[in-house]
Amino acid sequence: MASNSSMPSMPSMPSMHNSSATKGFVDTDNTEQPIGGRAPLVLNMHRFGEVTHQVCRVAESKPPLAWYVAFVICLGMLGFLGICVNYLIFTGVGVWGLNNPVMWAYDITNFVFWVGIGHAGTLISAILFLFRQKWRTGINRFAEAMTIFAVICAGLFPGIHVGRVWLAYWLFPLPNSMEMWPQFRSPLLWDVFAVSTYFTVSLVFWYIGMVPDLATLRDRAKGKFQQFAYGLAAIGWRGSMRHWHRYEVAYLLLASLATPLVLSVHSVVSFDFAVSQVPGWHTTIFPPYFVAGAIFSGFAMVVSLAVPARELFGLKDLITLRHLDNMNKIILLTGCMVGYAYSMEFFIAWYSGAMYEKFAFVNRAFGQYWWAYWIMVSCNVITPQLFWFKKVRTSIPLMFILSIFVNVGMWFERFVIIVTSLANDFLPTSWDQFVPTWVDIGTMVGAFGLFGVLFLLFCRYLPMIAIAEVKAVMPEADPHGHGAHAHHGGPHDSHAGHGVPSGAMPALRDPRSSEGQP
Amino acid sequence: MSALTAPKVDAPSTTATTAPFGLMAEFRTPAEIMDAAKRVHAAGYRYWDCHVPFPVHGLDKAMGVRRTILPLLVFGAGATGAMVGFCLQAFTNAASFSIWALVWVTGYPFLISGKPLMSVPAWIPVIFELTILLSALSTAGLMLLMNNLPRLSHPLLANNRFRRASDDRFFVVIEARDPKFLRSKTEAFMKSLGASHVEVVEDC
Repeated sequence: MASNSSMPSMPSMPSMHNSSATKGFVDTDNTEQPIGGRAPLVLNMHRFGEVTHQVCRVAESKPPLAWYVAFVICLGMLGFLGICVNYLIFTGVGVWGLNNPVMWAYDITNFVFWVGIGHAGTLISAILFLFRQKWRTGINRFAEAMTIFAVICAGLFPGIHVGRVWLAYWLFPLPNSMEMWPQFRSPLLWDVFAVSTYFTVSLVFWYIGMVPDLATLRDRAKGKFQQFAYGLAAIGWRGSMRHWHRYEVAYLLLASLATPLVLSVHSVVSFDFAVSQVPGWHTTIFPPYFVAGAIFSGFAMVVSLAVPARELFGLKDLITLRHLDNMNKIILLTGCMVGYAYSMEFFIAWYSGAMYEKFAFVNRAFGQYWWAYWIMVSCNVITPQLFWFKKVRTSIPLMFILSIFVNVGMWFERFVIIVTSLANDFLPTSWDQFVPTWVDIGTMVGAFGLFGVLFLLFCRYLPMIAIAEVKAVMPEADPHGHGAHAHHGGPHDSHAGHGVPSGAMPALRDPRSSEGQP
Repeated sequence: MSALTAPKVDAPSTTATTAPFGLMAEFRTPAEIMDAAKRVHAAGYRYWDCHVPFPVHGLDKAMGVRRTILPLLVFGAGATGAMVGFCLQAFTNAASFSIWALVWVTGYPFLISGKPLMSVPAWIPVIFELTILLSALSTAGLMLLMNNLPRLSHPLLANNRFRRASDDRFFVVIEARDPKFLRSKTEAFMKSLGASHVEVVEDC
């Protein structure tokens, strides 16, 4: 029996431009909005089986050589992270470059950086879901995976920076022999609750979303071990419509719960700074500014990951140029918000008339860390403005470079906020400079290794794209418009159609006409 | 009507080992299964289901599935989370008595910077997070429980053809325990729905 479907030859690899109708018509550009219709979100595929196959074969076949190379590199970085963390734990936080005024530096910079990265996944899966943005289906699965791995990286840093790591459980309100409790008025404790809730809820959301696709992998699995492992992970999902009914309600509920949650998490992270009285930290703009920055950096990371992933695993028909174009628009928008926040901070510092506040901001831009500040402004405010041009938004190499710039810029944003404010505080006699040690740098680099290892394993073994959700947004999924071989002209035909270059085109290669197999 | 004389199928009437789980009809498109679901529902079957690779829009209504009460339960869970969040903080930071929570624990009135002991505004973040946490966990947990889900085996999962239910085929399954189920008659009925294939699903 044909368990893995009636798969004809796969669509040939897309050529870079839209050649006019020759025999092998391959569509690569769906960024134009067809008049009176919707641009297709899935290119060159009209059958559900094709989508299944395209996604599942990544998990079912040997990965390309580049995967092994990347995995070995990331594994090496992860090993180095292990060395750095162990050295830190066995020696003490003195191995970092921290000093008396600068008691937070790379550790909290990395924490905030990774938590920020983690925001795009939930934004895509929850907020875009509530706004009925169907294009999210192509990218939500691995953006959510990215969220979870980023939050794992983030959680590492507060865990190890407390000094006595073996007492980290004091963060939680557990009964203990000292009869002491955490101090719930402290933003640092809010952070513990916010980040751990965020991690748990993201994990649940990700897993629940993945169950139907794990069932697909289970049903296609050939090996005994794969059948067992995917079977266990799919917890007996059978695609029952009665189950789907509750599942869809649950998904909507989870999205509605995750939406305020994602906005709260980075707000709470910003309270770590805003609630204190350090000049440069004590500002009310921090919560929205941090959230915008988090979304900004998160989307940049999604683009940085999606571009190589779609090339490497041949997913260009599912993660289309339109998806990337849309993400670049969000990067542009949030980049402008971040730029606005930077200038508003300066304005308020001047307008407040507070001496220390004014000094803190002038010192940021022209003090000992001026270079970090201007890297931040260049990467976060200036270069993303190139995304106003569609040519840039749809150019794969340019968007990749710009997204890397954003990642760099956002790392420096956190560094600037944290280190410049601490290094030059109220009393000039206590000023100092922070110089990172090799352990600081090794831990930072190693965290990327941890992230990379987790992400590469995810790409290799789990459904990278939400198969069921993608199928549901194909025009063929509409039970009224396309159903019983009534092809064109149904009332829902404009749903997400084939229309881009010419409405008649798909009829030439209508795969249903060749669907003869049982 | 021969149904009057039909033997009760859910009783092990033939030999106990061969009692089937039910009958399964395969369809190719969402429109076909939509049409079939309406007719099975109209025919008055109760123990039946559609198995589809993605939620076909409107199919649950066509099957006559009633709206789930899951949101109400989740609301309860969220309210519980908020209460837990408030009580946890009030007890650990503002109370001076002991309670038994698996072990005896004593509150600790934290006086920080002369702030009031009951500093409710400062507790809002944790109350909020616990509300979300409990709601989200119960959403997922209750959805699975109501679906009878963590389940390691099922007769349908032993059927080879059924594997495509998670790929590109749409199935209607009528179970043998349905009071209206009669193998020959139901089989004929399912064929009349326009199914591309009808087969018996063995129980296991």
